[in-house]
Amino acid sequence: MPSGAASRMTGFMAHLRHNGFAVGPGETELVLSTLAANEFPDVSAARLGLKTMLSGDRVQWSRFDELFDTYWFKRGMRLAERATAKDSFRSHRPRPELWDEVLPPEEGSASSSRIERGPGEAEGPDGTSGSGKLIASTQDALMRIDLRSLVSPEDVAEAERIAERLARAMRYRLSRRRMPARRGDTIDLRRTIRRNLSRGGEPIELRRKHRPERPVRLVVLLDVSGSMKVYSRYFLSFVRGLVGQWLQAEAFLFHTRLVRVTDVLRERDASRTMGGLSLMTEGFGGGTRIAASLKHFNDRYAKEALNSRSVVIVMSDGYDTDPTEALTIELQRLKRRARRLVWLNPLLGWQDYAPVARAMAAALDYIDCFATAHSLASLAALEDELVRL
Amino acid sequence: MTFDYKPVQRDLAEAGYIADDALAMALCLMVGLRRPLLLEGEAGVGKTDVAKALAAALETRLIRLQCYEGLDANATIYEWNYQRQLLAIRAHERDAMPSDAIERHIFSEDYLLRRPLLEAISQPQSPVLLIDEIDRADEEFEAYLLEILSDFQITIPELGTIAARSIPHVILTSNGTRTLSDALRRRCLYSYVDFPDETKELAILHARLPNIDRQLARQIVRFVQMLRREELEKKPGIAETLDWASSLIGLDVRSIHGDSAAVQASLICLLKTQADLKSMPREVTARLIGKVA
Repeated sequence: MPSGAASRMTGFMAHLRHNGFAVGPGETELVLSTLAANEFPDVSAARLGLKTMLSGDRVQWSRFDELFDTYWFKRGMRLAERATAKDSFRSHRPRPELWDEVLPPEEGSASSSRIERGPGEAEGPDGTSGSGKLIASTQDALMRIDLRSLVSPEDVAEAERIAERLARAMRYRLSRRRMPARRGDTIDLRRTIRRNLSRGGEPIELRRKHRPERPVRLVVLLDVSGSMKVYSRYFLSFVRGLVGQWLQAEAFLFHTRLVRVTDVLRERDASRTMGGLSLMTEGFGGGTRIAASLKHFNDRYAKEALNSRSVVIVMSDGYDTDPTEALTIELQRLKRRARRLVWLNPLLGWQDYAPVARAMAAALDYIDCFATAHSLASLAALEDELVRL
Repeated sequence: MTFDYKPVQRDLAEAGYIADDALAMALCLMVGLRRPLLLEGEAGVGKTDVAKALAAALETRLIRLQCYEGLDANATIYEWNYQRQLLAIRAHERDAMPSDAIERHIFSEDYLLRRPLLEAISQPQSPVLLIDEIDRADEEFEAYLLEILSDFQITIPELGTIAARSIPHVILTSNGTRTLSDALRRRCLYSYVDFPDETKELAILHARLPNIDRQLARQIVRFVQMLRREELEKKPGIAETLDWASSLIGLDVRSIHGDSAAVQASLICLLKTQADLKSMPREVTARLIGKVA
């Protein structure tokens, strides 16, 4: 292969790397040696060959053709091709006209007066209707709220401590595979015979095996919409504690859309976490679309994130603007994949609360554990509940 | 060596498998570069069948390892036949055989139970090794598999290291129930198998059911293609299409415009969950059939 072609190929690898492909020197060498020693009948065959060698998953597979054409044939804008993990940042959906009467005009909608509510006012109307009914708004709060100002260091420490306790409380599940163990419940024939070779195979010294405990997998879905605003600060540090503790945990935030935040939460530096989060959750503190968010989760993440050892924790007040049937369907789908579904609802802490929100009433059928969580103390009280799961 | 996938495509077609260009190229590279191939795609797009067809096309053995949760090295590589070993020890004790001779005897190949991975590397001619649904096995097994796939040798403490007599053609399949490790992805070639387009599916239908009426085959494929665009929990795969076609032939349906009751009843071949069946009542079916020319 002429050196010019080789350097062009190296350039192509860099182009792929820019676009999120995990290709290193190993792959470059593979491609160069393959091209040097073999022939492809035409360009489309070569493209298919490179596609097979260089892509590693479905996303890369589907983007490869486009990237190939861009690099080798200069089709399309190169900058526009850059990997953009932007599906979570879709532009704001126009508000249905129905809401125009009850909500302030679109532009100033996220005025701080509506969002900065104290805990006492939380049970009042959502700043939207005079009838005294709680209404979840369909709207994204346009103003970005800095999460740093919401969380005090003491709260963080406390919430994370509780999360740690809960993490320990949740039971481990037994694995199916048996591993060697000193006090196992069955005899490990393989090791027993090996061990007793010197005694002519007479099994004198027994080796045993048992089924080790496996950690449950945890998925947390946290509602950060306007109606949950006053609780979000505790919950967020709580979730951070859980995710930091637990190797197999995934965390998602949702309001009118769903964002995966596991990696951001794993960041060691708390303030950087919060900085990253406030970037990711533009629209934080706005309306709620629980069913749509759960649907997104079910379609996109559920298959990978959930298995037979999974516990899903949803933290939300259940005030949903989507139709109730939609939520029922999504919860049903969720329940089918996860082992346990826990719903923590801050409103449950209020006196005389019955799940009147339509969404909440519909959800109850699919929930294994429905508990209150309106303060750090009530979170701590969950321990007993979760042990039994 | 020329990587021309057309002959591969032809060979596979002779074995009864219709592969599109991308898949044929992937198989071609897999054989040429001797690298494992990871196939991903929805259930029912023919990932497992491609291995069978390839084995037939290469005229070699197919060795299949079905993965499941809790699968471990003993079940995949080798195991000693303990019961037989114990019996042999007893029997030879009476002959007053020295113990080291017994040991050599009971740890010989006679007492070795070969499992798929060991079987695959001890064939005289490269077999096709199908590691099915690798995403169902746990992470530990995946790491172990990586080691074998890179060295193609297995160490048995009692017998020593067994090097591969021939390097198998390895096909791994995954349904994406778990994210596979990057290490595994990098070691493998990758191909995504999608649902077939109309032409390909029609070709498959004719290849598998040679006696089917052309008109009916076209209608069936058109209908299934439209059905996949509906919001279903479980989209019908190729196997489902074939089942449905056979059932329509069995019910003596000449055209799907004809006997609507029979067509509706036979939808159970395509829709495998209760929710999906419910979401396709008679009216919806009629609407879809109406769109089929």
